[in-house]
Amino acid sequence: MNVRDRQSAFIAKRQRTVLTPEGLALPFIVGSRSARIGALILDYLILLVGTIAVTIAMAYIGLPLREMEGGDGAGEFLAVLWTIFWFIAWNGYFMAFELGPRGATPGKRIVGIRVAARPNAAGSAGRLTPEAVIARNLLRDIELFMPLILVLMAPTGAGGPAAMAATAWFLIFALFPFFNRDALRAGDLIAGTWVVEAPRTKLARALSVEGGAHGASEVTGATYRFGDEELSIYGEYELQTLERVLRDNQAEAMEAVHAAICRKIGWTPGAGDERAFLEAFYAQLRARLENDMRFGRRKADKFS
Amino acid sequence: MKAPTLSGLFGRKQDASPPPDIEAAALRSDRFRLARESEWQRLDTIITAMEKGRLRSLSDDDVLALPALYRTAASSLAVARETSLDSATIAYLESLVQRAWFQVYGPRQGFVRWLAGFLGGGLSRAIREIWPEILVALAVMVAGVATGWLLVSGDQDWYFSLVPSQFADTRIPGASREVLMESLSTTDSAGGLSGFAAYLFQNNASVSILAFALGFAFGIPTLMILLKEMATLGAMLWLFSTRGLTLDFAAWLSVHGTTELFAILLAGAAGLHVGRSMAFPGGRSVMAAAAESGRRAAIVMAGVVMMLIVAALLEGFARQLVGDTLERLAIGGSMLVIWCAYFFAFRRVPPSAER
Repeated sequence: MNVRDRQSAFIAKRQRTVLTPEGLALPFIVGSRSARIGALILDYLILLVGTIAVTIAMAYIGLPLREMEGGDGAGEFLAVLWTIFWFIAWNGYFMAFELGPRGATPGKRIVGIRVAARPNAAGSAGRLTPEAVIARNLLRDIELFMPLILVLMAPTGAGGPAAMAATAWFLIFALFPFFNRDALRAGDLIAGTWVVEAPRTKLARALSVEGGAHGASEVTGATYRFGDEELSIYGEYELQTLERVLRDNQAEAMEAVHAAICRKIGWTPGAGDERAFLEAFYAQLRARLENDMRFGRRKADKFS
Repeated sequence: MKAPTLSGLFGRKQDASPPPDIEAAALRSDRFRLARESEWQRLDTIITAMEKGRLRSLSDDDVLALPALYRTAASSLAVARETSLDSATIAYLESLVQRAWFQVYGPRQGFVRWLAGFLGGGLSRAIREIWPEILVALAVMVAGVATGWLLVSGDQDWYFSLVPSQFADTRIPGASREVLMESLSTTDSAGGLSGFAAYLFQNNASVSILAFALGFAFGIPTLMILLKEMATLGAMLWLFSTRGLTLDFAAWLSVHGTTELFAILLAGAAGLHVGRSMAFPGGRSVMAAAAESGRRAAIVMAGVVMMLIVAALLEGFARQLVGDTLERLAIGGSMLVIWCAYFFAFRRVPPSAER
């Protein structure tokens, strides 16, 4: 198994299908645990730096007030403001961003995941409601901070066996995402949400418009034509590999694939015009496979 | 490529006049793609603007076209899956339709609308729906007070383990009536009180969120927290009663206590509700039961935070400025009546009732 295969196996394991109200099956990929941990760390970094910066700014404004005549009232107002700010920032950060149109905190957005409503047993998912976002964020204390504090305290043995038991108990919540296939944390469970990948793909070029796919090669002027025999050896898997090679446009990879195809179909490989050759082969193979597809015949790979 | 006209959009696909370069494509599936590409890209632009929260920058035409564009992209995806082997295009369409789906079926309500629905009936309904847990939590809290009282009256040493040291300053067993009376008195001015109120709010809100969160563990830790907090109260109640100050203490406490204890009661009940529905999901799956009760409990918790803000204001200002026992009782009693009336007698079905 090469790296790419292992990657696609990892993705296939996390692939889920959600039915839209139009009856269209939309594929979703459950966000990986590592991505979520990364997002969490990023979010807390942002939050920590942000709240500390505001605290310093407030102290900068507030401390000189003490010397001033009648500055007590203003200073106290600032203290109130700070307490409330701190509470809202630490409790509201996740809720506010997850309720936004992207359904993701900045950390989640950076790693490319978002929060969504989990589909019901029938496979159709509803809207992400404010209640759900509130619910999933209220459990953060017992999932993260309490286990963290207890785990940090555990080596000192301060709390005795009771603290050990509590640590084990809270670790169940902290490690919850590792014990279910959708990587739900306890908050996701009670909110009916999950975290999925939010890919932002750019539309790639159409491959059959230009170059060897369309006509003669620009380099040699040769037009490549392949017979039924030669096109029938490959299936959809090989076609997609070829598509990737063409889109990546790496000279060595194209040379290798060019040589492999030539060997397979019994041509004598030339050199210098690999791209045009591959474009032509790709277009004609795809035309053939798509044509078969219309008649309900699919060929998954070269073995089928 | 230019954006298509609306008639082209709503018309059938064959009618759409193809831009010239479509003929250049060697494959039928690529021609299909090139003919629709501009619509996908228009949808992409609209969705991107919506994701950035720039709804205003969209023209009316764009907003009106969104549902149609979404359905076009969805049907393009369905067709492409059956006829095209261009994996890049299918991946693009899947991501586009997914993003569009989130926007078209996303949370339509803004925060203000949600708040209106929440205050205008959503909160009361959620609280009424968890009434069995409210009764259980109430029973546990009463039991906690009784336990605290009985423990301390049996053995005074219990007082120091039940009452946290911050409250056990002058208020210790054996303190004279005057000292205890002093601790119930008011301060002269409002200076310093708002800071105190803000601190109290933050502290109490964190405790109730914890009480709720612990309900997830089948509710047992929630009950323990309620019992412990109330035992403290019972112990202090016993202390003041030994000096004949029961009513004064009750009045002192009731100013904010009716609101604050009610909020803690609701937080505990909300936690229990989640725990109970997971332990006994009934006919539903555990997952479905947990999700349903969790969302309901979240509404209650939003209400709890709101009540705690009120409680902190009452504790920080009203209690420290109003010294008369009867006035204190009046404030506390009327708060209790207001909350009960709002939660249990206010039965408007919110207009934005979903699900």
